Amino acid sequence: MDVPLAYYLCLSAALFAIGAVGVLTRRNVIVVFMCIELMLNAVNLTLIAFSAYLGSIAGQALVLFVMAVAAAESAVGLAIVISVYRNRQTVNIDDINILKW
Amino acid sequence: MTVESLVFFFLAAFAVTTAVLMILERSPLVSAIYLIANFFALAALYLLLRAQLLAVLQIVVYTGAIMVLVIFVIMLLNLGDEARGHRRVDLRTAVTVVLAAGFLAEVAYAVLGRGGRSPLRGPGPPAEALGTVESMGDALFGKFLLPFEITSLLLLAAILGAVVLARRRG
Repeated sequence: MDVPLAYYLCLSAALFAIGAVGVLTRRNVIVVFMCIELMLNAVNLTLIAFSAYLGSIAGQALVLFVMAVAAAESAVGLAIVISVYRNRQTVNIDDINILKW
Repeated sequence: MTVESLVFFFLAAFAVTTAVLMILERSPLVSAIYLIANFFALAALYLLLRAQLLAVLQIVVYTGAIMVLVIFVIMLLNLGDEARGHRRVDLRTAVTVVLAAGFLAEVAYAVLGRGGRSPLRGPGPPAEALGTVESMGDALFGKFLLPFEITSLLLLAAILGAVVLARRRG
């Protein structure tokens, strides 16, 4: 393991920040979804890096659960997108503001 | 510089580049392709960290299942390019980028700073076969059995929720 743990943490923080920028600036709800997946993956990288450096399997088990939650989230989320598109003919989050006040 | 750090820097640069291209790209379909490339880079990084099972699962679950679902929905809805934002959106973009850069600088200072005294800077302990199928199975069906079983309930709820939400009414 020649690469210091700090480098992995920095890479993961960079991916997380890029994902956060995408979530906050993009208007297409599917792209926002993909940015959330990117942020989840950045966290996964942190967990796996710590798991490798601490020699513990717990971090990797947690990553498996994160993957399951991400799969569930994307299935339900995309179903909501299809349902909204059927009613409003749009995927722009500026137009989907019925729950906002 | 060893081979391992060379591979790490190449993969890190690739992952960051594809992530930036993903959020800059206006076509959702091309965005999804960039994200898939990013997931492959992350899977290779997992291999570098000796998480073999998770590297395979990353490709099978993320690129194989989740991203195929996303691309399927993009094509089903026949989405075009996102319209360019107007001025209000540009202000929001600027604030967001500044905040994200601040966050990144903060994390980089926390893990890289402190004059080399941080334990995060040195090379880690020699990793054994940590993330093999055998050791992951031991953990999941031993120590983490209850969360593992609850995961199946979560997936069941997600399947039912997706069916109910996407069903055409009337």
